[in-house]
Amino acid sequence: MRAPSILTLSDGTVFEGEAAGFLPDAGVTQGEFVFNTALSGYQEVLTDPSYAGQIITFTYPHIGNYGATALDDEAVRPWCSGVVVRDLSEVASNWRSTEALESFLVRHGVAAITGVDTRALTRHLRRAGALPGAFGHAPRHVVAAAARDARGTDGMDYVTTVSTTSTYTRGERGAHVVALDYGIKATMVEQLAQRFRVSVLPASSTKAEIMAMAPDGVFLSNGPGDPAALVTATNVVASLVGEVPIFGICLGHQLLAQALGARTMKLPFGHHGSNHPVMDLATGRVEITAQNHNYAVAPESLTRGVVSHVNLNDGVIEGIASPVDRCFSVQYHPEAGPGPHDARYLFGRFVELLETKVEGA
Amino acid sequence: MPRRDDLHSIMVIGSGPIVIGQACEFDYSGTQACQVLRQEGYRVILVNSNPATIMTDPVTADVTYVEPLDVDVVTDILERERPDALLPTLGGQTALNLTMELVRRGVPERLGVEVIGARPEAIETAENRELFKAAMADIGLAVPESGFAHDVEGAVAIATTIGWPIIIRPSYILGGAGTGIAHDEATFRRLAAEGLAASPIHEILVERSIAGWKEYELEVMRDRADNCVVVCSIENVDPMGVHTGDSITVAPIQTLSDVEYQAMRDDAFAVLRRVGVETGGSNVQFAVNPDNGERLVIEMNPRVSRSSALASKATGFPIAKIAARLAVGYTLDEIPNDITRATPASFEPVIDYVVTKIPRWAFEKLPGSTPELGTRMQSVGEVMAIGRNFAESLQKAVRSLEQGRDGFAVGDASEFAELSSDELWRRCVVATPERRLLIRPSTPAPRSLKRPRPITTALLSPRLRCVLPRAIA
Repeated sequence: MRAPSILTLSDGTVFEGEAAGFLPDAGVTQGEFVFNTALSGYQEVLTDPSYAGQIITFTYPHIGNYGATALDDEAVRPWCSGVVVRDLSEVASNWRSTEALESFLVRHGVAAITGVDTRALTRHLRRAGALPGAFGHAPRHVVAAAARDARGTDGMDYVTTVSTTSTYTRGERGAHVVALDYGIKATMVEQLAQRFRVSVLPASSTKAEIMAMAPDGVFLSNGPGDPAALVTATNVVASLVGEVPIFGICLGHQLLAQALGARTMKLPFGHHGSNHPVMDLATGRVEITAQNHNYAVAPESLTRGVVSHVNLNDGVIEGIASPVDRCFSVQYHPEAGPGPHDARYLFGRFVELLETKVEGA
Repeated sequence: MPRRDDLHSIMVIGSGPIVIGQACEFDYSGTQACQVLRQEGYRVILVNSNPATIMTDPVTADVTYVEPLDVDVVTDILERERPDALLPTLGGQTALNLTMELVRRGVPERLGVEVIGARPEAIETAENRELFKAAMADIGLAVPESGFAHDVEGAVAIATTIGWPIIIRPSYILGGAGTGIAHDEATFRRLAAEGLAASPIHEILVERSIAGWKEYELEVMRDRADNCVVVCSIENVDPMGVHTGDSITVAPIQTLSDVEYQAMRDDAFAVLRRVGVETGGSNVQFAVNPDNGERLVIEMNPRVSRSSALASKATGFPIAKIAARLAVGYTLDEIPNDITRATPASFEPVIDYVVTKIPRWAFEKLPGSTPELGTRMQSVGEVMAIGRNFAESLQKAVRSLEQGRDGFAVGDASEFAELSSDELWRRCVVATPERRLLIRPSTPAPRSLKRPRPITTALLSPRLRCVLPRAIA
């Protein structure tokens, strides 16, 4: 039997469920509630460092069907604060699975709540926007107090927490790319390593440290939190623009936009899922993309560079390019882990960018 | 790309009378197509021999011919109406076969009628076993290996290259006589000899056996700008060996990790592109080895299928309507999503519920038939239920069958509770309509059983225990 657990949002809305996964001593877990609509890939979502500080609600009801395996980890551990599910599967039905999802959560100290009416919660978050809150098996008033105290991701810098502390290298062939780790996913490193010699550097690296590696190109990774809070990182990127070709993804895209003088804004409930249609404005082709972002580039603020990709659902900027500066970036996840592989061609575009000779050089 | 203005009139071929294997789902798709094409301003000419469907109501098309779906008759109609195009992909296999026959006789070419939706070469590649096999080899996808043999030694030679287990199917036989699965050479030699004797032309198909593998379907759409989407993913509860139309199926897929699912999605698009379906919906079927994830392509249907109707209702994505618009030149991003009306159809539906389909048989109305399921479809209808989890949708589906059952009778409450475990296992070996009711995975396997695996996988529950609550499992 599971212990009853309460989920309370900062606006006072309460949902009931049962405690699952890791049971923290305090009996309560705080974070910002967001929802993800992907039908598969829960383990990749849980271990995506971009979710640091957030509590992930899965809209698909059965989570854990195919268990867990180290092969699907996007980072050494999950960075999300907690998990909300409708039906946590106790039995794993897949040959790749080495453990049940619940034991994975326990092992990594991630608290969960199951049996929640996730549809009602999702609809609430769609109306109210991503909300801070708390859940746990502690008494109702304790959870309610924690929910009132919980804060969102605005102005928060989680990058320092999730970034690597030491440099490492991957890949054996191709141009040399320095990847700045703001919370880089394993699939991203893998996609780069298939095409480049990659040196992954901590997010706090200075321009001098980056240029000392003599990179042919710089890659800006995904990562958690509010891009506007990352002033130092933005300044470093701004100092690299024009000096070396740049490719950014997700937070890396936002940092590049800020470096080019644009602003970022928070979306009401963000884009979190594996089915977002994005049009490549250069070709008119539509790609189905994996997305995970709460912030986006404010359209009117982009003056240097052009919009290259847009979300067909709501018109949000999904990609920018500044050919004169030899840089481009996308808001969504072309590496896909989880998600469709439609946009992996962008890594090829980065290869081409590095191979293009600069006039007069 | 906007709609094609070079076309003015389009002929749609219906699916004819309702028979087992091709029922009202094609009236649904054909009617939707006619309505959409009329809305787009085309003159729609409909041929369907079934006067009892709403498709042949006078309001559905501009001109309706209730005539036999016969090459000569349709040729006459084409000569009389001279449409600009012929759309064959929304009237089931009947419309597709009829169109191929017309193409073989050169009728569309002679009359200047363009076949839209799927080109004849694409239909041929998808339907012809050898062409399809070669096409899959071109794009590096595996199909179950097989070969024809005319004597035991030849059969053994083929079997040796394929590996065990092997299924032997004699050519031109009735009722499955001489069909068998061999797990070793001694058995194989005996079964091959029996099979050759059973075949009137002394020929057997020696094929890698994938009985007991997991079976999946992806409903995919492609437009002429080469945008591809998966509308719905479906997992068959019954493993390979039972016709999809006779299988309990669940949407979305329940037991594939994202890595496996995305690889399957890539394969499905590769199949669509290689076969050459330029616009419209297709259905691609896969088998997956539950022990190591090995994936084989089983078949693809280059048309709106039975599963499309299910996928449309399961996700709210109207495949037939959209397929008709794609056939006349629109791209997915130009078509509004039927549900949101604000976003485009170029997306992949996600759902927060589980859909279960259970076929409905009527063996009692077919004297002399044996209630045994196999590779030929025998169900006469199906129910679909939506639930917030698998157990709920399964129970609702069972109740919707209207066979006097409120839901699954399981465990001690089951009318099968008194059966011994040996008897339960014996009954589970054969795929029957009743088998799904025998869920009791806790039943120990009888000691006498030498190869319990094909039997355990034949049961509903071991594979899908992940989504069954303890009350049922």
